[in-house]
Amino acid sequence: MLSARDLQHSYGDLVTISSLDLDLPEHGVLGLVGPSGCGKSTLLELICGLLEPSAGSLAVDGAGSATGRLERCAFMPQRDLLFPWLSALDNAALAPRNAGLSLRRARERASALFGRFGLEGFETARPTQLSGGMRQRVAFLRTLLSGKPLLALDEPFASLDAITRAEMQSWLASAHSADPRTLVLVTHDVEEALYLSDRVVVLSPRPAREVALLAGPEPRAEDRDAAVTDPAFVAVRERAMRALHESAGRERVP
Amino acid sequence: MKRWLAPLLLIAALLGLWQAAAASGALADLFGIEDFLVPSPAEIADTLWQSRSLLAENAWVTLREMLLGFALAVAVGLGFALVMHVSEFARLSSYPPLVALQTVPILVISPVLVIWFGFGIVPKIAIVALVCFFPITVSTLDGFRTVDPAATKLMRTLSASRAQILRRLDLPSAMPGFFSGTKVAVVFTPIAAVFAEWAGSSAGLGHMILQDNAQLDTARVFAAVAVLSALAIGLFALVTLAERRIVSWR
Repeated sequence: MLSARDLQHSYGDLVTISSLDLDLPEHGVLGLVGPSGCGKSTLLELICGLLEPSAGSLAVDGAGSATGRLERCAFMPQRDLLFPWLSALDNAALAPRNAGLSLRRARERASALFGRFGLEGFETARPTQLSGGMRQRVAFLRTLLSGKPLLALDEPFASLDAITRAEMQSWLASAHSADPRTLVLVTHDVEEALYLSDRVVVLSPRPAREVALLAGPEPRAEDRDAAVTDPAFVAVRERAMRALHESAGRERVP
Repeated sequence: MKRWLAPLLLIAALLGLWQAAAASGALADLFGIEDFLVPSPAEIADTLWQSRSLLAENAWVTLREMLLGFALAVAVGLGFALVMHVSEFARLSSYPPLVALQTVPILVISPVLVIWFGFGIVPKIAIVALVCFFPITVSTLDGFRTVDPAATKLMRTLSASRAQILRRLDLPSAMPGFFSGTKVAVVFTPIAAVFAEWAGSSAGLGHMILQDNAQLDTARVFAAVAVLSALAIGLFALVTLAERRIVSWR
């Protein structure tokens, strides 16, 4: 579904991505972890066709051009970016609206999924009336309703408190197993990446390159807390943390 | 209730002061003029009542000029802002001429407009629109600048065309700016309409003020001004109401 070979990108003289190979099969989840400012968001914009690589190849579902990738990827930004002038339902229905559906049909599409997303009864609520977790779910639903094969999530839960974040992680894991999509998940939270992804690419500080390719233990426990405290999981997390710290040129603080 | 009480009390206090100063002749003495030239609020209120049909007749003329000119200003102001938002060339090329246009004293060009368009309503509408469109354009353009670039990227990945981004993201984002400009513009409408009438007219509150001034009927000048203010406050309230309905998320 996603394949990158020797992918490079720079803004003028500033090299943001030095050389990166990525592979992601259909319905797979790829986690991208790296220190702040390492070029993770740039990488997502490249994948989504909002930017062109400086060198190398990048294809989504066989499409190598920026327009082709843009047609195949939907993006969930770091901040939810729900439009305050639209109701929760109309925010979720943005993509069907853009696709030319009537307001009524677009709302039907969105409201059909509201229950499954734990949003029932909040159709007419404005974003400011929703909790942080609900806003992220509306934002995710909005991305999902684009109907695109690849969904790119940029730190989707970074703005949430720890408890809500853990809830949202288990929610996303179950939503994904119920209705699998191809996901690229950018995060700075190693645990989140390992828990949600099939494979995790650990990136170096800018310019980004792969310093480790890891996978959480299989099979993963159904329950999130059980999964992340499994000794095998903890061991992989340690390796990921070490890779992060070594690439940053710093020794681990004991 | 309390929101109305404070301004009402202030106005009542000022009117009371004015009443005392004018009725006792203190103001006239201060200016060194005849007593009858300084009307008291009570005399103005009396004139308001006595001349009510004349005032209403002329107020309707002026109100029409204000409303049509303001409507034109909103259309032109929003239109300019849209074009300047969409096209960088339009923005760069038309900003300086627009600013230059604002520096032309309205008193100077209104007689010219009367020569061009005659004594009818057309030059009045043009002048009101000319005075009012600029704040609308500038603040709507500022409103467009508040569009979050990340939101534009998001819309692009949600398959939005340029026109859909404009309609579903840019225009709503610009609405708070549009309304702050519109509120500034709407209070200029009576001033602009009066200037327009002074340049050449046969009716309207501005026309009336000019005649009453010539006849030293200062009480009726103030009565006409009071009606003009009431019209402006009414229009301002309407714009505020529209703002609350449209910018419902603030």
